[in-house]
Amino acid sequence: MSVGAEELHAPDEVLLGFARALRAAGVPVTQDRAHGFLAAVAAVGLDDRRATWWAGRATLCGSPDDLARFDQVFAAWFDHRDGPPRARPRETPRPATAHLLPDAESGGAGRGDEDEDVLRVAASESEVLRHRDVATLDAHDKRRLDAMFVRLALRPPTRRTARHRRWHRGSVDASRTLRASLRRMGEPGEIAWRRRGTRPRRVVLLVDVSGSMSAYADALLRLAHRLTQSARAHGGVVETFTVGTRLTHVTRALRSPDPDRALVAAGEVVPDWSGGTRLGETLRVFLDRWGQRGMARGSVVVVFSDGWERGDAALLGEQMARLQRVAHRVVWVNPHRGKAGYAPLQGGVVAALPHCDDFLAGHSLATFADLTEVIARA
Amino acid sequence: MDSAADVAARLGATGYLADDELATVVFLASRMQRPLLLEGEPGTGKTALAEALAQALDLPLVRLQCYEGIDASQALYDWDFPRQILHLRALEAAGAVDSDEAEKSLYDERFLLARPVLAALRQAPAVLLVDEVDRADDEFEAFLLEVLSTWQVTIPEFGTVTAPEPPLVVLTSNRTRELHDALKRRCLYHWIDHPGLEREVEIVRSRAPEVGEQLARQVVSLVQQLRVRDDLLKPPGVAETLDWARALTHLGTTDLDLATAAATLGALLKYREDGDRVKAALDRMLSR
Repeated sequence: MSVGAEELHAPDEVLLGFARALRAAGVPVTQDRAHGFLAAVAAVGLDDRRATWWAGRATLCGSPDDLARFDQVFAAWFDHRDGPPRARPRETPRPATAHLLPDAESGGAGRGDEDEDVLRVAASESEVLRHRDVATLDAHDKRRLDAMFVRLALRPPTRRTARHRRWHRGSVDASRTLRASLRRMGEPGEIAWRRRGTRPRRVVLLVDVSGSMSAYADALLRLAHRLTQSARAHGGVVETFTVGTRLTHVTRALRSPDPDRALVAAGEVVPDWSGGTRLGETLRVFLDRWGQRGMARGSVVVVFSDGWERGDAALLGEQMARLQRVAHRVVWVNPHRGKAGYAPLQGGVVAALPHCDDFLAGHSLATFADLTEVIARA
Repeated sequence: MDSAADVAARLGATGYLADDELATVVFLASRMQRPLLLEGEPGTGKTALAEALAQALDLPLVRLQCYEGIDASQALYDWDFPRQILHLRALEAAGAVDSDEAEKSLYDERFLLARPVLAALRQAPAVLLVDEVDRADDEFEAFLLEVLSTWQVTIPEFGTVTAPEPPLVVLTSNRTRELHDALKRRCLYHWIDHPGLEREVEIVRSRAPEVGEQLARQVVSLVQQLRVRDDLLKPPGVAETLDWARALTHLGTTDLDLATAAATLGALLKYREDGDRVKAALDRMLSR
């Protein structure tokens, strides 16, 4: 690092400026972290570029996602010290800080005369967007809609457990009370109480990515990512599979907090984008390999599909019946359900419907919100 | 420890091969007296680092294994109730008990059971390993935060215990949940990745010297191929590599062949699906 060549700026100014740039790039750098960074650089010595880099990674970052951003900003900040200051490297804003309203460049921004009007226009536009069919959106509207996914939050459904947990009231926990008293050599003490514990129920999403669903696949995976992330915040587990001609487990890809990165990762894993549909067969594979073993047991299973089955519809019906016997609740989400004139006539849907607890629409953000409600109450 | 190179050398002497970045971070942790938060896939040597550090610095290692529902009395201190009661009975039997005196004598150091955190503070300098902190509940983090920032524990009946010298703290997390930011800010962060081919061969050679050079290379190259596959439920970590290499050596293998590899795959892969998938592709992978 050639800080010595820089006469205009003191080293700590350069370093703190770097911390600010990093914050602008979306890494949550706080004041104390920045101070820690200065102290760390002082400890390893300013003249060692690699050590400065490592010290920065250790003090300013807090998760693997931060590390990638850090490397980019570090290169931009320290490698081009000559020449005019460059534009700050900016990544897409982090999902956690994304605005509830779509970005300011949309709507009437730019005119800037009546802020309130702009806001109202933006608000009503986003309301319209909420109800639009995601398959009909152009690229611009789609980007705005993507930002609005942040608003969806899943409170995972819960189940009662067989085990009791200590609680400050409820029924008397006789064994704990006695044990505590034994520990005190029979001296009586406080009475312990207990109640039945609860645990989040597992949610399993099966997303059809075949050709007939390709217009919805992106939005559905985004939804899956959002559900995965928001359920995680409450300790819940959401498992996601894509179905088509093959069954693919994409949960791990969707665990990345950044939605765009997660979708790219999922896209790399799935081999059968926009292929045919052999729903019954893939469902059987799911049940054999995962579902019956435990993943679907007692969980809420959501199938996203339009029910265009290329294989044997009877097999699909059979497997759906099997699924319903194992799962706590089976929800079928069909993007075409919400459209005027739709009747469930496709062979697959006819075979599957008797074995579903809920049959929902799933073509817009508003219907996705309804779905999260249904899952949360299951 | 007065430089990152010194850290690397000392760790290397115990058989733990740290790269430059890790050595720098450990050096910073000891110099800045900050806890070190290690994250990474299971089996990349997070816990082993704490053990190696204790050995390299010749300090006692105090280990706190976190689990769901762990609370302060299991991590910090507890009073030895039975002995306190016995003590009271003894005082009664001796007669002439002054109640104030008796009460005071109850909260004496000899009735204090030091759990790992308190033990580490008292034994300091020491290495305190808080293992798998992501398994503990959020409330437990808040309590750790207090200890890790002030290096002292306040016991209401007894007083405050302060470490003469802050212990070297290593926290590990498998990232099954996101840790609270307040705790992260207090720590130096390091993400341990799976090592590259050459380094992993070195690690096998250093940790399991009984494994031959050729076998080590074959084992590691196969494991590295497995890690870049994306269809495994649980890609093997370095710990599994070592297990497998040792298992093969016990069988007297010096050159990996298809039959032995398939028979011992259980040391490497812990899911049946993974095992099936890898067995199907094994001869192609071995021929590379």
